[in-house]
Amino acid sequence: MTAAVANALEARRLPRWAPAATAVAAAALAYVVFALGGVLGGGPVLTVVGAVVFFLAGLALASGIVEGSRAARNRIATALIYSAFTLALLPLVSVVFTLVSKGTARLDAEFFGHSMRNIGPQDNSGGAYHAIIGTLEQVAIATLITVPLGTGGAIYIVEYGRGRLALAIRFFVDVMTGIPSIVAGLFILAFWVLIVSPHLSPDGLPFYSGFAASLALSVLMLPTITRSSEEMLRLVPVALREGAYALGIAKWKTIMRIVLPTALPGIVTGVMLAVARAAGETAPVLLVAGGGAGINFSPFHGLQNSLSIFIYDQAGSASKYAPARAWTAALTLVALVLTLTIAAKLLSRRNKLR
Amino acid sequence: MKLQRHGILACLAVTATLALAACGSDNNTSSGGGGGASSGPSSAISCAQGSIKAQGSTAQGNAMTAWTKNYQSACGSATIDYTANGSGAGQQAFIAGTADFAGSDSPLAQADQPKADARCKSGAAIHLPMVVGPIAVVYNVSGVSGLQLKPATIAKIFSGKVTTWNDPAIAADNQGATLPATKILSVHRSDSSGTTDNFAKFLSKTAGTDWTYGNDKTWKAPGGDAEKGSDGVSAAIGKSDGTIGYVEWSFAQSGNLKMAKVGNGAGEYAELTGEAAGKTVASAKTAGTGNDMTLAIDYHTTTPGAYPIVLVTYEIVCEKGTPSSSLPLVKSFLTYTASADGQAAAAKVGYAPLPDEVRTKVASTVASLS
Amino acid sequence: MSQSPIAGPAETAPVTAGLAAPTDLGPTGPLGGGGGLPSRRRFGRESLFRWFTTASGAVVLVVIVAIAIFLIAKAVPALRADKANFLTYKDWFPDDPTNPKFGIAALALGTVEASVLALLLAVPVALGIALCLTHYAHRRVASALGFVIDLLAAVPSIVFGLWGRDYFYKPVQDVSAWLHRYFGWIPLFGSGGPYGKSVLLGSAVLAIMILPIITSLSSEVFRQTPKMNEEAALALGATKWEMIRMAVLPYGRPGLIASVMLGLGRALGETIALALTLGATYTFSIDLIENGGNSIAANIANKFGEASETGRGALIASGLVLFAITLVVNMIARLIVYRRREFIGSAA
Repeated sequence: MTAAVANALEARRLPRWAPAATAVAAAALAYVVFALGGVLGGGPVLTVVGAVVFFLAGLALASGIVEGSRAARNRIATALIYSAFTLALLPLVSVVFTLVSKGTARLDAEFFGHSMRNIGPQDNSGGAYHAIIGTLEQVAIATLITVPLGTGGAIYIVEYGRGRLALAIRFFVDVMTGIPSIVAGLFILAFWVLIVSPHLSPDGLPFYSGFAASLALSVLMLPTITRSSEEMLRLVPVALREGAYALGIAKWKTIMRIVLPTALPGIVTGVMLAVARAAGETAPVLLVAGGGAGINFSPFHGLQNSLSIFIYDQAGSASKYAPARAWTAALTLVALVLTLTIAAKLLSRRNKLR
Repeated sequence: MKLQRHGILACLAVTATLALAACGSDNNTSSGGGGGASSGPSSAISCAQGSIKAQGSTAQGNAMTAWTKNYQSACGSATIDYTANGSGAGQQAFIAGTADFAGSDSPLAQADQPKADARCKSGAAIHLPMVVGPIAVVYNVSGVSGLQLKPATIAKIFSGKVTTWNDPAIAADNQGATLPATKILSVHRSDSSGTTDNFAKFLSKTAGTDWTYGNDKTWKAPGGDAEKGSDGVSAAIGKSDGTIGYVEWSFAQSGNLKMAKVGNGAGEYAELTGEAAGKTVASAKTAGTGNDMTLAIDYHTTTPGAYPIVLVTYEIVCEKGTPSSSLPLVKSFLTYTASADGQAAAAKVGYAPLPDEVRTKVASTVASLS
Repeated sequence: MSQSPIAGPAETAPVTAGLAAPTDLGPTGPLGGGGGLPSRRRFGRESLFRWFTTASGAVVLVVIVAIAIFLIAKAVPALRADKANFLTYKDWFPDDPTNPKFGIAALALGTVEASVLALLLAVPVALGIALCLTHYAHRRVASALGFVIDLLAAVPSIVFGLWGRDYFYKPVQDVSAWLHRYFGWIPLFGSGGPYGKSVLLGSAVLAIMILPIITSLSSEVFRQTPKMNEEAALALGATKWEMIRMAVLPYGRPGLIASVMLGLGRALGETIALALTLGATYTFSIDLIENGGNSIAANIANKFGEASETGRGALIASGLVLFAITLVVNMIARLIVYRRREFIGSAA
């Protein structure tokens, strides 16, 4: 190490214009080497990447000589971190841009008011009304099933559970959070659709239904809701409970009137996030809902569709009108999911407990 | 306070839901559907009510869409849901009972026939040929058109022995054409497909030395690009340069894909037209017994101008034992598809109509379903 | 400190119940509020409520155990019928009536390849973004961008799959060609063939998908570093990077590992994005740019429709293997977090 950098505080610093100058020099060099010289194939992408690499190397060199190795490492780290940032933004922005620009193609009343019944590969019309109805119904039923069960289970774990049952429940809920969504779908297909539903149908044959999709979504939502409700309930201060007990209020009343309302915003946030995730799930619904083309308001009879199945089907269709439908449906789905997520986040920010 | 706020939100949500449920209750009528194959007078269709589900062959997918569209437009209270997810899936759905009838380009395997019969409880599962679909050998190579291929060359391409477009084998079939050095990307079906079965059967029978993989609904040769459904194959061909694949004629038409002329038993290169396909089908022999009407296609046909790669799609249905809730609609729908109007509607979207004698026999068998 | 150390009143011994019996009853109940402890009846609301919550908890337990038992029961007959070794065979023909042979060799390899590669691509970038948001960027910018990234984590995977298959495949095709041209001697880039769907495309899309999750979790972790540790490092003359290396990263290591594991868990279980971007072949190879690729979940999504009884059992068996892998990953993450948490203690 040279004497100039023995004391970091007294070391010389690179002038302010140094990074910019290095950048320009690196760009010029990269242009010469890659764009003009065609090293490693050349091309614009390689030129940019090369410019960045040269910039980092040049900066490291300059800083190392003038400021010392520690400062050099610091500059490199900063530069790398900012590059990582930019690098990640590119595909994410691309996804959002594609979604919005392609998705507005079919944002018309026809799309939101009609189904795909009687639409052939050469027909430009057709819409996702049946899919929207399907998604909303399936998710609603799944929520109705899982919220009481999940919150009830969470209450048990937090308030009443003392022994092995509570531990077992917690362990298995943890296990269940990791279940791949397609396995949940397979389970409902093999169990509900193929074994149980023949007993429920008039002609003894198995059938797909929106309700089966709700069951599959419930399998996915239940552990999430139980987990998050449990966490929210644990955050309620013990003092609140003890105050209530001291006043002679029964335990169940304490839970219902004091603990739950305090934890409610947090629980609602957790539920909304779980619902947002369920609305976007494709795999489990694909296996058991049937993917019908017409409008079906009944989740118990007949094939139902859902936005995610609709997108998947249109994505696989060779009709030249299909991509537009797929992207608009994707935009609708994302709008639905984001609305729920944003609402959940705003709610959680207001939450006094967090 | 919080309750009030939540209450308002809940009310808004309910109102929005009701509004959503009320508006958009429109279903499509044939006038909303626009162009294409809306066929003859609806008086030819005697309507039944209810809803039935079918699954199966993607090759007949476009025909099914045309048929269901015409039928449902004429009979508003009937719903026929056909999910085109491959012949294999259709057969399994029929066996499991989740489909009322199945569309399949290959007959049930020997091991599956008893299972299908068991599903029908009181009768057997029979195959009713409903539409003839020529298989087009589609390709997308920039600068190349009018490609001609002998079956042996096709076999070599799809088994990976020929890897570039300017290979001598291809050049030999196309004297005088300039072929680029692009690598060949052969596209086949990833799912269990009757189209694959028929195509592979054609190759085994006509190019047995070069095609050693037999025939099955699953593609057995190594390499190449696997796509899901006839839609997937047609989209993949259209998307990339240097691709070649096999898909039913209707998809080649709707995707505007170039089709190769295939060498037939008479020694010529036959172009795919409805007539040419009809010549091959005319010589098909019935291989099934009783009401089961599986057909055997002669791929070596020496009829001049005949296009040899042809498949027949069957509807697998219970001869007896279709549940009474779905029987009327199944019969009514299949009567329509087997009628002259139905066949004409299919012909418009890229299929060859059944020969008349086959068609009349199918129609009478449908009438006797119970 | 969640469970009250004091038992609720209804759980105390009924000995005192007699003392509490109110005798002075008015028209709407005991006058003066009754006082004393509530009576303990067999089917009173207290017990009912307790039964309801216990039942809910038990339902959760029963459902999970039932799922496990059912799936295993369905998988075993298929595994018995398998004429090949389930773990080492690479093809998938469970529906062959005479000779069913299927194995997850190619599927498992593809799953692991795609997930690990996705992690390798996503984690450095995610950590970079997280550090940028917590330590380098302006507070407002950081909070706005953090919000946006949280939202991106909620976007359904089918959107990423669709984008990957229709748009991202072109850049990946070009990259694959470039990689083969200059680095084709590495077996990872050996394929010279036409490029389409491949493990590289699948991993890239997967990486973009798990990026927001890992970023937002890591940002949380970094934000929780005690300010004092950071300032102590800076006071001792550390540069910003040294401060991060000394104070932020070590403190946050368990949290970082946990978030990486969570990202890995999501990548392993991802179905639709891979079904759209992988080629559905059954080749056991480490070539990343070769046309093809498959994963356990994508295979299930592709084959469930055409599966016979044995086929379904085979798919379920593969699903259980996937579940086991995901479980192990989650358990390891939890273990690391627990152990390090005790070790580090509070540094406030």
